[in-house]
Amino acid sequence: MAILVVAEHDNENIKDSTHKTVTAALALGGDVDILVAGKGVKDVSAQAAKITGIRKVIACDHVSLKRQLAEAMQEVIVPLMDGYDAILAPDTTTGKNFMPRIAAKLDVMQISSITGVESADTFVRPIYAGNAMATVKSSDGKKVITVRPTAFAAAAEDGNASVDVIADPSGTLKSEFVSEELSKSDRPELTAAKIVISGGRGMGSGENFAIIEKVADQLGAAVGASRAAVDAGFVPNDYQVGQTGKVVAPELYIAVGISGAIQHLAGMKDSKVIVAINKDEDAPIFQVADYGWVADLFTAVPELEAELAKQAKPY
Amino acid sequence: MKVLVPVKRVLDYNVKVPVKSDQSGVDLANVKMSMNPFDEISVEQAVRMQESGEATETIVVSIGPDKAQETIRTALAMGIDRGIHVKTDAEVEPLAVAKILKAIVEGENPDLVILGKQAIDDDSNQTGQMLGALLDWPQATFANTMVKDGDSLTVGREVDGGIQTVKVSLPAIVTTDLRLNEPRYASLPNIMKAKRKTIEAKTPEDYGVDITPRLTTIKVSEPAGRTAGVKVADAAELVAKLKDEGVF
Ligand SMILES: Cc1cc2nc3c(=O)[nH]c(=O)nc-3n(C[C@H](O)[C@H](O)[C@H](O)COP(=O)(O)OP(=O)(O)OC[C@H]3O[C@@H](n4cnc5c(N)ncnc54)[C@H](O)[C@@H]3O)c2cc1C
Ligand SMILES: Nc1ncnc2c1ncn2[C@@H]1O[C@H](COP(=O)(O)O)[C@@H](O)[C@H]1O
Repeated sequence: MAILVVAEHDNENIKDSTHKTVTAALALGGDVDILVAGKGVKDVSAQAAKITGIRKVIACDHVSLKRQLAEAMQEVIVPLMDGYDAILAPDTTTGKNFMPRIAAKLDVMQISSITGVESADTFVRPIYAGNAMATVKSSDGKKVITVRPTAFAAAAEDGNASVDVIADPSGTLKSEFVSEELSKSDRPELTAAKIVISGGRGMGSGENFAIIEKVADQLGAAVGASRAAVDAGFVPNDYQVGQTGKVVAPELYIAVGISGAIQHLAGMKDSKVIVAINKDEDAPIFQVADYGWVADLFTAVPELEAELAKQAKPY
Repeated sequence: MKVLVPVKRVLDYNVKVPVKSDQSGVDLANVKMSMNPFDEISVEQAVRMQESGEATETIVVSIGPDKAQETIRTALAMGIDRGIHVKTDAEVEPLAVAKILKAIVEGENPDLVILGKQAIDDDSNQTGQMLGALLDWPQATFANTMVKDGDSLTVGREVDGGIQTVKVSLPAIVTTDLRLNEPRYASLPNIMKAKRKTIEAKTPEDYGVDITPRLTTIKVSEPAGRTAGVKVADAAELVAKLKDEGVF
């Protein structure tokens, strides 16, 4: 069985979600190749070639692939699929965007956001915001799969695979990139952070997030948010954790002023340790929290900061 | 410009998910069902485009059992012009939904199809992108802003790093994200008016689409549960516990 993994990257660095997707691909059993499609991807291809367990890297370098828009990715990937029995990509907004186009072109039903591989044709995936886990068996000849990175360990990096450069994609594209407004932060990326501290509607304003950010900086944590906090404009959209935002599974998740709606839990309930700070002792978040602190966040969070300041670093 | 809006009837987002004890699926008998929340946003967008004169006709389509007509009526009450109900009691996977929608698009010739980014029951996030591929149309998924200029749409997309803006030429596919707009509630007069709007009755066979599933559900189980832990009284106690856990 030949399996293609599509690398997640920003044309400079390969993302950890690629390594996790490789782990899922290897579980299917077969030869795993990695496709690096982008603009100026020599470095990223070299990084991909180090991932343990893969057969080779296929690089496609073209200006149309710089942002990995779905239509351009389709032009590159569909012809390649003659040689593969399965294709996997992380279920990031990039993968979610282009993978169903590949599936439709191949006339197969995509299996979205898998969290487990039972066999080469049977997979586990969350449905209903993770309130049920479905085990599904695919009867399609080729498998098109997106992978939830938090559910798989990252493949190591002691390989030395070869890199094949393939021809430019053809076809005229009816979509074009205009601009990008990316949130800049010196903190770790939400989905990769070991500790995440998130604020909800209880924060009251964007300015008030400063108290959370202080604790985040003490702990080297990423900052997240509930949908309500994003909708209220406290923080940008890419902070949202949940069913329709990001899925995180850090060592420690601290929910501050978040009630714990199922749509929020869907994005964080696989965290190793959950802490909740909420003034309402009946808030549903306490039903999933390992440590619950019933308190007003405006006194509790600064108190936590002071306590952490007393501890010897690094935590 | 003509706009087509596919909507799905799903378990209401506020209802606890009733996983069947024999693990055969989710029990949808006698539970509250509603329009998929993302589809309400699509409907709202189409109605606003009509109100601003950008859209000349709006059509809603739902594929599902008889009760899907209620969902179509809700869209009509929000202001959509007419409906198409593709009746089936079977579960229809995104690929088959996309094929039926393709056939409808070929008959109706809309300039824009607005879908939800994901149905909150199967959480697939596929149908719009599949329809785009089947029609060879461009797509702008996860839209949180949308502006028409001439023959194209400029769409702000919610992506993992922030907001990405793309321009797609029409005809095109858009899938909606939560912050595109806030859907209205239908007023009583509009609910009454919606009763007189037409809903065309169709079946998947009318469109020559084979809806046989490609995925077989082997089982549906409850996720590994978490249990409530302990309460802490202050920061010192919390930090001590977390140190014991070894998380820092
Ligand atoms: C289709 C759909 C998708 C969704 N997707 C997501 C998603 O991806 N992510 C997500 O998060 N939500 C999502 N939601 C929204 C979700 O249902 C909830 O509305 C949302 O999570 C609530 O956010 P919250 O907990 O911050 O706000 P609230 O529910 O309003 O809770 C605020 C909490 O703060 C506490 N509080 C207030 N003041 C203080 C204080 N001073 N000190 C301590 N505690 C305080 C309150 O006791 C309360 O528990 C989705 C909803 C729908 C319909
Ligand atoms: N049975 C259906 N009838 C009409 N539209 C649907 C149906 N299923 C899915 N859709 C549309 O496709 C979107 C994405 O669904 P999904 O790909 O299942 O997550 C939904 O928000 C709807 O707009």
